[in-house]
Amino acid sequence: MSTATAPPRLITLNDYVPLLGAPEIDDLRWLAERLRGRSVEMVNSTAMGGGVAEILNRVIPIMQELGLGIRWEVMTGGNDFFAITKAFHNALHGGAYESRPENFATFLANNEANQSHLNLDAEFVVIHDPQPVALINARRNHSDHWIWRCHIDLSSPNPDVWNFLEPFVTRYDGTLFSSPDFTRQLSIPQYLFYPSIDPLSDKNRDLDAEYVQKVLERFSIDRTRPILTQISRFDYLKDPIGVVKAYQIVKRYMDCQLVLAGGGAVDDPEGGAVLEEVRGVAKDDPDIHILDLPPWSALEINALQRASTVIIQKSLREGFGLTVTEALWKKKPIVASAVGGIPTQVIHKHTGLLAHSIEGTAYQIRLLLSNPAMAQKLAEQGHEHVREHFLITSNVKRYLTLFCHLLGQSAALEK
Amino acid sequence: MKTAEQPFRFLTASYITQIGNQKANNLLELADGLEHCSDASIFHHTFQSLGRHHFITEGFSNDFAQWVLAGLNRVELAEQLAALDIRDYVALPDLRRDLRRLVDNYCASRESHASQAAFESFYFCESLQIAVPVASEAWTLEEFRNGLASLSHASLEFHFLVSRLRLHLSTNDFSKWFTDELQLPTLAQRTNRIDIYTNTLQGVQEKLLSLIDRELAA
Repeated sequence: MSTATAPPRLITLNDYVPLLGAPEIDDLRWLAERLRGRSVEMVNSTAMGGGVAEILNRVIPIMQELGLGIRWEVMTGGNDFFAITKAFHNALHGGAYESRPENFATFLANNEANQSHLNLDAEFVVIHDPQPVALINARRNHSDHWIWRCHIDLSSPNPDVWNFLEPFVTRYDGTLFSSPDFTRQLSIPQYLFYPSIDPLSDKNRDLDAEYVQKVLERFSIDRTRPILTQISRFDYLKDPIGVVKAYQIVKRYMDCQLVLAGGGAVDDPEGGAVLEEVRGVAKDDPDIHILDLPPWSALEINALQRASTVIIQKSLREGFGLTVTEALWKKKPIVASAVGGIPTQVIHKHTGLLAHSIEGTAYQIRLLLSNPAMAQKLAEQGHEHVREHFLITSNVKRYLTLFCHLLGQSAALEK
Repeated sequence: MKTAEQPFRFLTASYITQIGNQKANNLLELADGLEHCSDASIFHHTFQSLGRHHFITEGFSNDFAQWVLAGLNRVELAEQLAALDIRDYVALPDLRRDLRRLVDNYCASRESHASQAAFESFYFCESLQIAVPVASEAWTLEEFRNGLASLSHASLEFHFLVSRLRLHLSTNDFSKWFTDELQLPTLAQRTNRIDIYTNTLQGVQEKLLSLIDRELAA
């Protein structure tokens, strides 16, 4: 029977015991005891699609199972609002922004409209990302705790947009960032909250060897020779052309194949251009497999990662880099750029190898291919690193710890 | 079998990292940060970093050494910083002083390297800890063994590593209880000598279980 056809079922905490051990899961229960019955509300701007919704889809049921009264609310808005927040998003990443006062007015009006229909009376309110940040205006009871979870890199934002948002941000009790590199100098506490992967999701769960083999055969990839893989959108910032060039250097010394798998070429005009450029650089090399996959390819991506000899993530700019987390979880040796959240995951020479150039990437790949024992050690340590810090259960634990900490602060103030 | 007057109460702990507003982009800024950061930050980047990276059993020592290696490619200084053994310290100011001395000496002898920009910034952080009791407590060594066998990594880290800050770096919760309550100083010493640099937390647990089994069999 193929693993790919297994029917979905409700996942519970006990399902994580074989992967993490009973003591680790028991710890979550001990910690949650202090919070039993406490109310928590998570608010974001989309119920489906994107990393935030993916994480909340797992965090919410786990916290419910642990006895917290947790709700998830999704703010609503028209196309005009989401066009503005998309422009804010790009501007906060440092992109250009044409400042228009009416955009700020629309943003505020939409947040105000959401205040009237969202139930924001929980003891812990966690607001995700900039779209709902002005909901802090709804805060009435200052014994409640409001936290802003920022999933994006704020290190070099457009000043117009940031100056508009900052007065809202600093009214929260704290902020949560995925990497210290993404933070700003703020007057409120900033906590490190790594994103996470679910080891039981289709992207990450164990697969039958038979299914993995079928995927390789479908894409005409030869399992008997080393496979180098980068999983990413066809986006200049992921540097797929640099990956091909690094592979071409490696290929001078070693027989190997390259898999570039991802999406984004169909619905993104730039993605199409990048894909064409990559094909041009790849020429007619039959050992380069360029796979433009649809969004529902989690199992195929999982199989490609599991079949790989070395995983590459040669991004020029990166968020946290969850594809790196996924590869490390699958015990794959990795060569990655030292950008964004990658150095947090790839501890150079301990959980993988970092590189800063095409030549450096090629050199590190050759090093791994020539030293399988070293590659295996890095991969095993990388797996443990993910197990300890970047799984969905660690994410839940961080929330529980934060809530306990905030309760402790309140208790101390009351004394 | 001796029964303790005070039981060993197993706790587990969880941590979140608070990111400070202080960061370093070169060695001069690292030296400045080492001078001004909190003791909690020194502890976070040395003792607690070892706990967070316990699964690395060769060559990982502390965050400062790792950043000097990966962020600045200054191998010699990285080796010197990594060679500081946290077990040699009974006070954090002493550890801070030695870290600072090594960075200062390096900067003085290689001025051109001192202000070289790093590939990535170093952020001075602190850990916030929440400790909660787990169900078991032990009055005898046998009960202790049973409790130890089902401890999480976080609990082991709390009792074996993080407890050193509370106990002025000289011992750990397990050794203290063996000495104070069971009058087993040899077991306490052997426990305290288990090497966290070359053992994972799982390895620490297995070694300690083995030491206790020997004691129980004696």
